[in-house]
Amino acid sequence: MAAAAKPKLAVWKFASCDGCQLSLLDLEDELLALAGAIDIAYFLEASRATVEGPYDLSLVEGSVTTAADAERIRAVRAQSRRLVTIGACATAGGIQALRNFAEVGDFVAAVYANPAYISTLETSTPIAEHVAVDFELHGCPVDRHQLLEVLSAFLAERRPSIPSYSVCVECKRRGNVCVTVAHGTPCLGPVTHAGCGAICPACDRGCYGCFGPMETPNDEALTARMRELGAETPDLIRAYRSFNANAPAFRAAGGRAART
Amino acid sequence: MSGNGTRRIETGYLARVEGEGAMHVRIRDERVESVELRIFEPPRFFEALLRGRALEEAPDITARICGICPVAYQTSACQAMEDALGIEVEGQLRLLRRLIYCGEWVESHALHLYMLHAPDFLGYESGFAMAADHREVVERGLRAKKTGNRLIELVGGRAVHPVNIRVGGFHKAPERAALEELRGDLERCREEALETVRWVAALDFPELERDYETVCLRSEQDGEYPIDRGRIVSSQGIDVAPAGFDATFEEQHVPHSTALHARVRGRGSYLTGPLARFELNRERLSPLAAEAAAEAGIGEGCRNPFRSIAVRAVEILYAFDEALRLIDAYERPAEPFVPYEPRAGVGHGVSEAPRGLLYHRYEIDERGEIASAWIVPPTSQNQRSIEEDLREFVAANVALPDEQLRHRCEQTIRNYDPCISCSTHFLDLEVERL
Repeated sequence: MAAAAKPKLAVWKFASCDGCQLSLLDLEDELLALAGAIDIAYFLEASRATVEGPYDLSLVEGSVTTAADAERIRAVRAQSRRLVTIGACATAGGIQALRNFAEVGDFVAAVYANPAYISTLETSTPIAEHVAVDFELHGCPVDRHQLLEVLSAFLAERRPSIPSYSVCVECKRRGNVCVTVAHGTPCLGPVTHAGCGAICPACDRGCYGCFGPMETPNDEALTARMRELGAETPDLIRAYRSFNANAPAFRAAGGRAART
Repeated sequence: MSGNGTRRIETGYLARVEGEGAMHVRIRDERVESVELRIFEPPRFFEALLRGRALEEAPDITARICGICPVAYQTSACQAMEDALGIEVEGQLRLLRRLIYCGEWVESHALHLYMLHAPDFLGYESGFAMAADHREVVERGLRAKKTGNRLIELVGGRAVHPVNIRVGGFHKAPERAALEELRGDLERCREEALETVRWVAALDFPELERDYETVCLRSEQDGEYPIDRGRIVSSQGIDVAPAGFDATFEEQHVPHSTALHARVRGRGSYLTGPLARFELNRERLSPLAAEAAAEAGIGEGCRNPFRSIAVRAVEILYAFDEALRLIDAYERPAEPFVPYEPRAGVGHGVSEAPRGLLYHRYEIDERGEIASAWIVPPTSQNQRSIEEDLREFVAANVALPDEQLRHRCEQTIRNYDPCISCSTHFLDLEVERL
């Protein structure tokens, strides 16, 4: 690559709502500068023009739910020097990974009853289960400022500075009153990855875990506390099994809650 | 052109639409033989995964059907649940609901108008490429989009998948002062939206007049341009409450699409979205928006789908105007939501997503768990009209060279601002009905 050539960015979509790639377009103040600094080589949601790979950086949104997509992600990886997954679908399988659980296994059976849909896989899986991933940015959706940090970091050949602590840290920093301590509201903040800015407690509601598990979650302590606050087993299972249900730590937490 | 007089116009991956679709047009001996908008977005089974979830989770879960119009999903879901629970959300809470929805109309329409659709008329591959020559216009669009997003954040806590919307109203009602902070930006954007209406009115529109049955919401009680609620009406006399959706419309599975095609029972295709709202409610626009529409030459109506960009521009202007009116009228309510007790029931909710009618129906049990869910998004309702537009357009323009025809066909699809991610979660419904 010539020194003057702009780095080539590609944005790929798998099973998803488009919200994470939209977060890129939601960088209204930075978007045109960004488009000037990089070559947006493949971004179908925004451009009809496509440039052949290889790409310096690929952002991947969405989970793998079909055999064709399991093939496609390998082709994307082969063309990408760096590959970053963005959002709960790409990093954990997304809300559509509820099909992976026995509780909702009945609809997988229903799907396979119809031959037209036989190509749909039984599971929704994160990209990292299929190919090597250089960095995972969490969130449902990702935070657009974190996304900008990731882009800047990869283009500058450094590691992104994305904290791995819990929402509680952000919540304290924001000056929120703790909804659990003050109002007895169940909240997943203690086990959830930071990044959103503690927006739910700021709205007087408990965190619902859309950024997925933090690095070292103590779900057993949280589950016990939520039970004291009146949460019953089905509530707890649903709490851990939502947008990041298939993330290993939440998967295990939901399982433990179901057994106790 | 291939042998024996057959031409295929294909786009394998449609660009500048939300989601994954393709288009196939087959022409034999200068006659259109078949037209297909193929939707191959992988299904995500929302109706199935909602079963057994708490009714309170419906707005947060269904928001994830679409990152571009989550407020529409949350609003229709909340209203369906409130219908099932027998509660009414009125006054300041309903005002807030309409206000956040204005933010979504702006954000979604501005993205489509400036970044996805306008490049078609000016011959660019993307909004980025267009910005090189029309930077002022694109910057104006990004300012509008940002202000729409900011409004969603102020009321909803986050622009994509807001967290503050709940069954019965909101988790926390915003302070009036917080909304007032946005006034300056809203006023500036309203002025700029007026310029945008003039700008799009001067674009070059391909000829196409279609005889649609237009379907949208209308409310005699509210007397407002339809956004958040109303009865379902059509240009051919439909006038039903949301609960009448099922008796009025039906869905059919076609082999080339993972989304179902909707039609009026016993009739045929229909059109939902900006053109329909404008046709059946334009006397309810604010004076400023109505005047701008008249100046843009669509004051008497518009049935050219290529001119939907002008109607979207008018709706952006209206949404800014309406947001300012709502903020003027806002007084922070004492309670942020209407309380309720879970009970078994069936509820229907419908609202005007930026790209058209969005219907939800839920059955809930006595514990407050969802027993069944049915969601009909706008793009699957419009799919048949999109194909009919393509057929008519290609038939009238069959002499165009392939590449030009292909581009025009893509534009014909983009006229609808189709949200393919949204439209593709029906398979479970299809399975259920077998």
